[in-house]
Amino acid sequence: MKVIDVTAVWRFYRDGFRAMTWGRTLWVIILLKLFILFVVLRVCFFRPALAGLDESQKPRAVAGELLRADRSGGNSAQP
Amino acid sequence: MLLNLIEPALIDWSRAQFALTACYHWLFVPLTLGLAVVMAIMETLYVIRRDPFWKRAARFWMKLFGINFAVGVATGLILEFEFGTNWSNYSWFVGDIFGAPLAIEGIVAFFMEATFIAVMYFGWNKVSRGFHLAATWLTGVGATLSAWWILVANSWMQHPVGMQFNPDTVRNEMMDFFAVAFSPVAVVKFCHTVLSGWLTGAVFVAGVSCWYLLRRREQPLAFASLRIATVVGLVAALGVMATGDTSGVQVARHQPMKLAAMEGLERGGRRAPFSLVPGVEVPGALSLLATHDVDGYVPGIRDLLDGYVHPDGTVVLSADEKIRRGRVALDAFRTFRADTTAPAAKAEARQRLMDHMPYFGYGYLSSPERLVPPVGLTYWAFRVMVGGGMFLLVVLAALLFFERRGTLGRRRWLLHAGLWSIPVVYAAGQAGWIVAEVGRQPWAIQDLLPVEAAVSRLDPAAVQTTFFIFLVLFTVLLVAELRILCRAVRKGPED
Repeated sequence: MKVIDVTAVWRFYRDGFRAMTWGRTLWVIILLKLFILFVVLRVCFFRPALAGLDESQKPRAVAGELLRADRSGGNSAQP
Repeated sequence: MLLNLIEPALIDWSRAQFALTACYHWLFVPLTLGLAVVMAIMETLYVIRRDPFWKRAARFWMKLFGINFAVGVATGLILEFEFGTNWSNYSWFVGDIFGAPLAIEGIVAFFMEATFIAVMYFGWNKVSRGFHLAATWLTGVGATLSAWWILVANSWMQHPVGMQFNPDTVRNEMMDFFAVAFSPVAVVKFCHTVLSGWLTGAVFVAGVSCWYLLRRREQPLAFASLRIATVVGLVAALGVMATGDTSGVQVARHQPMKLAAMEGLERGGRRAPFSLVPGVEVPGALSLLATHDVDGYVPGIRDLLDGYVHPDGTVVLSADEKIRRGRVALDAFRTFRADTTAPAAKAEARQRLMDHMPYFGYGYLSSPERLVPPVGLTYWAFRVMVGGGMFLLVVLAALLFFERRGTLGRRRWLLHAGLWSIPVVYAAGQAGWIVAEVGRQPWAIQDLLPVEAAVSRLDPAAVQTTFFIFLVLFTVLLVAELRILCRAVRKGPED
């Protein structure tokens, strides 16, 4: 069985990144964007609404929201 | 009612933010899908003919692919942030049906794209021609497989199948993976969307090639690229038309209100007319498109609100009756969830909920009119999509025809039309998603969950703030992409 040479894979990526020309600008854009997404937006603005609740609390919380959303007050006609 | 409780501003800003993000994301995806095909065909020609001309051409379009990919990558993640924060009720309610396809998509996208894109860009002269060619094709396959899972998730929202609601967990649980993954709606949506991506890539290549011909630059590359792009584009355009036709039949069957809104059809019937523009109609054409029968029955908006009896005898309930049943479902859900409910009453409530579950979402609606989506926007978006598609079909056919005759270089009006096809293909693609998503309002999940119930209770000002942050971020990134793309096109292929 042919064994994958990890160092060859490493060299492949390393040489590829070193030889980049226009790609460097693109990597700056990618890294900047990922920083904004995961550090600025995710941490400061996009905290999942159900974060902090354990798995048994989440159904209760969502059921509460779904029933709070309905204000017909349980007075609908029975089938 | 929810409408009195949750501020309309919160729903509107949450929807606006999601729409902005999705529209922005969709600027990059179709070009990725389409350019992948064009550059892979070029590299295939290089491998078969051993002609360095095709290597140079493939590398040029790969460079533009790379710019688009770099600016677009990870924009879809923002949508996932929004699901968790702005649409938390929805995210929990859909359960693993939404989570599973998105998780598969994430893994496939990461591993396939990270591996094969690296080989594609770094592997010239380092791996064999065949291996490099395989990596190029697999980059496109990876992007297409990613699209598959995203579209499976979206299709489930349009036509939920293969699941059962569990009131204990308050989640929809997947009962049949294959029903979800290979639902006819998902298959058609995938083909329609991916082919529209191929069309976008082909039109982009044709447009850039026309620009070179207008400037009398890079003419061999431009003519060769045009030949490939026009053939790919025409095949894609015909495929988009065919799958669009099937999609129309599915919409008529599963989302008749969307179809009525697309046509601005107040009262339907047999031999329903297709509206070209307001006041200009083709009798029977809508029936033909929606049912493949010129005498087919197509309900209008009022028919759907009032209820009707289909000519085959099927009784379609009025909106009032659906809302009444939806409220029964919600009452049963409330009883089931109450801590004080006795076990026997709980079992009875559960059964009542299951019996009325198909109408669950209707219970949230304040009036039947809430079921009508924005008709004007849906109507015109549909015409922009179809009209744009027809324009592109004609332009691509003309470009191919005159290129084959060897007279394209003299027909500058056509080259200008080819160049201007680029904004047209983007407008048509965006309009298509507006039809698909605006046309199914008020539903986050068809019949099961309206946006009012799906939205998280947040401060509208916070959502508004993030909307403007995104607007600025997306604009900056888009300007950056366009500048880098234009610079790369002006520079032309490297020798």
